[in-house]
Amino acid sequence: MTYIASIGLEVHVQLKTRTKMFCSCPAHREDDPPNTNVCPVCLGLPGALPVPNREAIRKTVKTGLMMGSTISLRSRFDRKNYFYPDMPKNYQITQQERPLCIGGGLEIEVNGKKKYIRLNHIHQEEDAAKITHLEHSSEIDYNRASTPLMEMVTEPDMSTPDEAIAFLTALREMLIYAGISECDLERGHMRCDVNSSIRPAGTDRLGVKCEIKNMNTFRGIHRALEYELRRQQSVLESGGTLRQETRRWDDEAGATFPMRSKEYAHDYRYFNEPDLPPVVLDQATIDQWRTEIPELPRARRARFVADYGLPEYDAGVLTADRAIADWYEAAARASKNPKAVSNWVMGELLRALGEKGLSITDAKITPAALASLLDLLDKKTINGPAAKEVFQILFDQGGDPAEIVKAKGLAQVSDTGAMETFAEQAIAANPKSVDDYRSGKQAALMYLVGQVMKLSRGKANPQLAAEILRSKLAP
Amino acid sequence: MAMDFSETADRMDVRYVAALARISLDGAEAEELQSQLDGILAYVGELKKLDVEGVPAFDDASGVEGAWHEDEPGECLPHDVAMSLAPLERHGQFVVPKIIE
Amino acid sequence: MRKDELIELGVGDALDAMAAGRTSSEELTAALLERMDALQPQLNALTWYDAEDALAQARAADAERAAGAAETKPLLGVPIAIKDLLNVRGQPCTAGSNILKGYTAPYDATVIARLRAAGAVMVSRANTDEFAMGGSTETSAYGPSKNPWDPTRIPGGSSGGSAAAVAARLAPAALGSDTGGSIRQPASFCGITGLKPTYGRVSRYGCTAFASSLDQVGPMARTVEDAARVYAVIAGADPHDATTRAEPLGDPVGAARGGAASRSLKGVRIGLPREYFSSGTDPEVESLVRAAVEECRRLGAETVDVSLPHTQYGIACYYILAPAEASANLARYEGVRYGARARDAEDLLALYEQTRSRGFGAEVKRRVILGTYVLGSGFYDAYYARAQKVRTLVRRDFEAAFAGGGCDVLLGPVAPTPAFRLGERTADPLQMYLGDIFTVNVNLAGVCAMSVPCGFTAAGLPVGLHLVGPAFGEDRLLSVAAAYQASTDWHLRRPPEETLDGAMV
Repeated sequence: MTYIASIGLEVHVQLKTRTKMFCSCPAHREDDPPNTNVCPVCLGLPGALPVPNREAIRKTVKTGLMMGSTISLRSRFDRKNYFYPDMPKNYQITQQERPLCIGGGLEIEVNGKKKYIRLNHIHQEEDAAKITHLEHSSEIDYNRASTPLMEMVTEPDMSTPDEAIAFLTALREMLIYAGISECDLERGHMRCDVNSSIRPAGTDRLGVKCEIKNMNTFRGIHRALEYELRRQQSVLESGGTLRQETRRWDDEAGATFPMRSKEYAHDYRYFNEPDLPPVVLDQATIDQWRTEIPELPRARRARFVADYGLPEYDAGVLTADRAIADWYEAAARASKNPKAVSNWVMGELLRALGEKGLSITDAKITPAALASLLDLLDKKTINGPAAKEVFQILFDQGGDPAEIVKAKGLAQVSDTGAMETFAEQAIAANPKSVDDYRSGKQAALMYLVGQVMKLSRGKANPQLAAEILRSKLAP
Repeated sequence: MAMDFSETADRMDVRYVAALARISLDGAEAEELQSQLDGILAYVGELKKLDVEGVPAFDDASGVEGAWHEDEPGECLPHDVAMSLAPLERHGQFVVPKIIE
Repeated sequence: MRKDELIELGVGDALDAMAAGRTSSEELTAALLERMDALQPQLNALTWYDAEDALAQARAADAERAAGAAETKPLLGVPIAIKDLLNVRGQPCTAGSNILKGYTAPYDATVIARLRAAGAVMVSRANTDEFAMGGSTETSAYGPSKNPWDPTRIPGGSSGGSAAAVAARLAPAALGSDTGGSIRQPASFCGITGLKPTYGRVSRYGCTAFASSLDQVGPMARTVEDAARVYAVIAGADPHDATTRAEPLGDPVGAARGGAASRSLKGVRIGLPREYFSSGTDPEVESLVRAAVEECRRLGAETVDVSLPHTQYGIACYYILAPAEASANLARYEGVRYGARARDAEDLLALYEQTRSRGFGAEVKRRVILGTYVLGSGFYDAYYARAQKVRTLVRRDFEAAFAGGGCDVLLGPVAPTPAFRLGERTADPLQMYLGDIFTVNVNLAGVCAMSVPCGFTAAGLPVGLHLVGPAFGEDRLLSVAAAYQASTDWHLRRPPEETLDGAMV
């Protein structure tokens, strides 16, 4: 029998904000000493009250807008009750009944096939504190407590591990691009609960769902899903039955194991958070936020091909990172030769950045400088090797290409008088090559051009040199 | 999982609910509470007689629309003040005994 | 000034005396501290006070007065007792519970920050039912406070320590909090004046939460004007409390003074809810309230019969919603970050259960368990969700009486009885809850209300008059209450000294 898998994801994303979800403590200070970014609110002291972070709500709404969700004009916060020391109040403020964003989805592509993955909703909540488990006790650092989080819940629309990874990759790219989150997986900015079930082909009803909790690497998710789908299938094929359960992925063992269910884990006793009034948004605010959404990679890729005549490959490389794409576009707009700009960005610029371990925002060279450098090249004011030399100076120190060319004396010699002198010197000094040329060996001319370049210390315009040599050697 | 609540139960199992609230009761305490809570629940159960069909739930006492904080970092508690509250501290962190899942 | 004169000073009197140089905050505070030393053993009105701390605040206030700060600091040098539920930086805050033993507040509640900015002296911490859950202070881990009028009786609760302190002249004014009547009922039982402001009027930030959608901090004093002075300082929107509203504050002190000066209720329409004059109310209480109605008519008020038809469901609704919210609000007390902790727990679950089982008293456990139950899956719809709908009906009752019925205020008793005896209702929690019949609906509806003294029973126990105003209608309420108070002298009576001296039970 063949089985069809249904995979759904619950993705928790830490939002890039300066402050926490419900207080003004700095957020995302992962490297600060423990319990230095805490206050009465995020420590859950008696009498402390939450106040929502507008920026976090804005970022969640923008995510919803990018994914085509319906934005709730009136949503609510709820309390989710459970005792665990990573939750200072022993309840989490989240959204259960009326989340901020409803519906929407994201298109993915696997092996050239496109598929739309639907979202159920996106809701706003707060992150938990960090617990370090030791042998006989655990230590708690509340710096991370109440970091703004959005949770995105998909429909079970994915049917292979590859599709799940494609969704997460596309989502991550989009969120980084739009500045919603840094999505640094190692720092736990993006964590995932993975739901899966299988059902016999030809049937409609979803199978029994198993949930794998708290995954934070794509590779791990892929392996866990492969394992889990195999496991479910072998249970069914051996005549067993699956039960709905929560499992844990053990990366070393390469297997999932049932989590020892906490006896009372499943009565969260949700009820609306009486400390917070409803989140009321007006359409004008939402429309304003919509205008702040950047062009997303997919659309930008297509536009780079159309507007700048770039090959798909170039457009893909350039749009993979929003800052690079912005930089490229600024240079391309200032230049008459966008394709040359693309070659230089993908070649020299990315190489130089890679060597120095810099990001584009740290580079001293400006898009306008690259554009004018390439203009000098196009106008043959400088030749290729000189252009590379100028580029390196621009990259290391910044500055104006024309001035660098002038200061370094890198302009090509196109002065016919000087060139003729060089040509005559080359002819006089290389009678053998002259003979070879005259007897039909074209390569001999190239040798003579090289000699002219040498005499001019690299500044000669090679095309001009060839022309003058040809006329002088004409029979 | 181990949910003992059911739609038809009309009597609270006080020990079970207490455990959910992380309160343990000794025998006498549980017995007394059980009978008191039975009485209270019978009383508050009077609401079931009231017709609330179509009445919206009261879910906001404030009438406030849009209360936010802007994304500007503010003052935190000094670390030593925060830790001075801790019943048990180690390495600048709050300590709990072994967690048995 | 003589000590016996100093302790009698109200808020306004004290400000006048200090402004005239007849006394200083230090002298006044010292006199009150001496009285606390003398009466605390009998009354148990306070959970903590520290002479050095209080006198340091008082001296600082005197220095500020000398520097001319009185203009901008409306309570400069006035000692105020603070319910032991409100966080005052550097002072303990126990909420009347063993579970917060050892906790020193690291921050100021917003109302405290405002009192500080106004120059007030946080002179003592007043006893309260544990986490404000009770109507008698008998659930306090510090033992019950005694009623200054009859120390065999309770002072009411949960703000019973605040009420007893103000009545016994341990402070000219106090802060209390009111979730289901906890300012008004003890004010009534102790013969003082208390105001429960509109929900959203006064910040709850730093007020240890009982039931978030119902709690409201308010003033307790010996006159309407004094209550208005404190209220005017603590009221107003707070960026730390998302449920506060930026409604104009008006002029509370002016409203109270104007009302008192006019001694007239001409043009005031007073609604008499039929359900507040039902059988079941103590006959003495009822006749005193009816006499107050007559007095209001004599002062020119028009009285009309109105109905609050869902009154009888208020207690049931309240005792679902308040415990539900409390069950979550009190989940944070488990000995991990602050407060008491079971030292011998071997694992996390044991830490939670032992800390909470030992730290909470019986009433708190009862309500936390009840609240956990009504939110439980399978019961949520029958209890919590239904109670939320009933709350809508209760609010509509008040809207109909105010907006529809054109009433400026509603009038009735605060509680069905005067102060009851210590231990009288502790065995039967439901009996205790039923005493909240006239007060809880005000919290459910979120409107404002006051208790002002309206007479004494034959046994000499004070009885309060309940005046209820619409949301954000405090100024009108204060003006009506002040007009009534100015034409009566119930508020001028004080507990006999011989009763206080002999209060050692």
